[in-house]
Amino acid sequence: MTYFRAENLSLHFGGLKAVDAVSFAVERGEILSIIGPNGAGKSSIFNLISRIYRPTSGRIFFEDQDITEQPPYDIAKLGIARTFQNIELFENATVLSNLLVGRHRHSTTQLWQELLFLPSVRANEKLHRRRVEQVIEFLDLEPYRDKLISGLPYGVRKVIELARALCSEPKLILLDEPSSGLNVEETDDMSFWIRDMKSELGVTVLMVEHDMSLVNRVSDRVIALNYGRVLAMGSPSEVQQHPDVVAAYLGA
Amino acid sequence: MRFLFKTDYEDDIRLFPHSGYVVSYGLLLAVLLIAPYLLSSYLMSQLVFVCIYATVGVALLILTGFTGQASLGHAAFLAIGAYTAAYLQKYNVPFPVYFLAAGALTGCIGALVGFPALRLQGIYLVIATISFAFIVEEILARWESVTNGNEGMRVKALSLLGVTVSRDSPTFYFLCLAVLVLTIVGTLNLLRSPTGRAFVAIRDSETAARSMGVNVALYKVKSFAISAAITGFAGVLFAHKLSFISPEMFTLQLSIEFIIVILIGGTFSLHGAVLGAIFIVMIDPFLTYLKDDMPGIIAGIAATFGAGAATAANIQSKVAAFAALNGLKGAIYGIIIVLFVLFEPLGLYGRWLKIKLFFQLFPLYKRATFKRQKIYVKSERNR
Repeated sequence: MTYFRAENLSLHFGGLKAVDAVSFAVERGEILSIIGPNGAGKSSIFNLISRIYRPTSGRIFFEDQDITEQPPYDIAKLGIARTFQNIELFENATVLSNLLVGRHRHSTTQLWQELLFLPSVRANEKLHRRRVEQVIEFLDLEPYRDKLISGLPYGVRKVIELARALCSEPKLILLDEPSSGLNVEETDDMSFWIRDMKSELGVTVLMVEHDMSLVNRVSDRVIALNYGRVLAMGSPSEVQQHPDVVAAYLGA
Repeated sequence: MRFLFKTDYEDDIRLFPHSGYVVSYGLLLAVLLIAPYLLSSYLMSQLVFVCIYATVGVALLILTGFTGQASLGHAAFLAIGAYTAAYLQKYNVPFPVYFLAAGALTGCIGALVGFPALRLQGIYLVIATISFAFIVEEILARWESVTNGNEGMRVKALSLLGVTVSRDSPTFYFLCLAVLVLTIVGTLNLLRSPTGRAFVAIRDSETAARSMGVNVALYKVKSFAISAAITGFAGVLFAHKLSFISPEMFTLQLSIEFIIVILIGGTFSLHGAVLGAIFIVMIDPFLTYLKDDMPGIIAGIAATFGAGAATAANIQSKVAAFAALNGLKGAIYGIIIVLFVLFEPLGLYGRWLKIKLFFQLFPLYKRATFKRQKIYVKSERNR
């Protein structure tokens, strides 16, 4: 029994095979990185998992449940959260309310209860805020909690996106290029957090990343893709020395 | 300047962040409660219209300001509320029943309008809501057995608990005020709970909202339904205030007035709906005043600068003819919208916040202190 499994996953746009019969599995509690040159289909796989695209063929299983036909909003309810390559935050809201949206899958109150703000709603709100506060502390976001996103620098937004995903208390988290646009110091912080997420919060991580030093530091296993196909799979060093991977990157 | 030290989750949840708010809103409420005994009957009538427009403004803010779905069809929702009241009143249905029925019916129709809206974005949604408004207007004119067609319907004074409440009485004003206050409190409650945050999430990035588990379609329909239902309630009061309704009252012009309410008031806060409502209700008598008195004033100025009596009379008649042009009011509204979008995108409430900040920081305020943001006009980036 595998935790998360993609079987023969394909995504074709007309004649272009963005993802072509890709199969892989993620074990519970591991950090799996997907690497590959631009246009290799890495982000497309994420968009297939979070149902932004519908796969041309293939199936996706999570905790032995077929999630290929689930609507996109149910993916989060199952415990799969994600971040985006080009930050998708709620620009005109505060950091706190962005993170509280991350709690959406845990909200149980009905509309009429919310209109009256019954004690049950209040109790729920406090619970959400307590959880959000734990994530804020985990990622050192205290100075920004009441700021509007539109006024924050890129590096901070990147962390807030990670925080929003963590607020949903995911079992599996999809990180789309967590270090893009970050400086060396911020990338270091990110690598610590990714490892802490695994060890302290017990989150399984599936990550697309270009920065090989980050990949080497955090990954348990690596998958290399090119032209929508899997080139190699294995430990970070194995994959980097694989002749096909070297050829794909250097064009030899 | 006051600094808030938050020590409890309640500090973020409560409606009044500190005691200063309780005092100022308490004073405002006290003034509103004694207003009928101080103001002239004309101003009271205007105040009732402010309450009704502000209620619709809050409804539109939920949909446009917080969920990011533009609508130019709110006059139709108002019409449905008003006609439901007028129709049910004919069969001696008591006020509380037809008041709630009007809200419920308008809410259901709002949800139905919300469904096609799921597939439309931005300007296309605006066109769809305009079409909806035209359809409703046409139905009201043609469905004579129910709506009495273009002849319109009389609306009797409402009776509450066996007492007849005339449309000019303080009781009617208190009723409108109560509806407004309840609407505002309900909306604030919504905005501090998961549903309200889901609305804001949809406004700012549908993709991200979806990936966080928000059922975007469901929440858009909810937003339409809530907004329409509140407008329906306002419609009942509107019908009673006017005591006569006909299809030509609920035109595109009225929908545009509602958009002006929130654009000029400010789309990011409920204060905007109230400030915008005051603006739109008070600008009408102001424009009438200009129309009546401007020609004479301009001719007088021309005369003092040495124009002959014949020239002055000529100028007076020309200006009067210009002021009487059809569609001038619409043009003035258009100019107001353009000026606000260009120079004060945060609306009157944004201006108020800046003035407040200026005095709080007195010698230190700089223009850059208050970051300018375009909140209403959202780019097409996030789908």
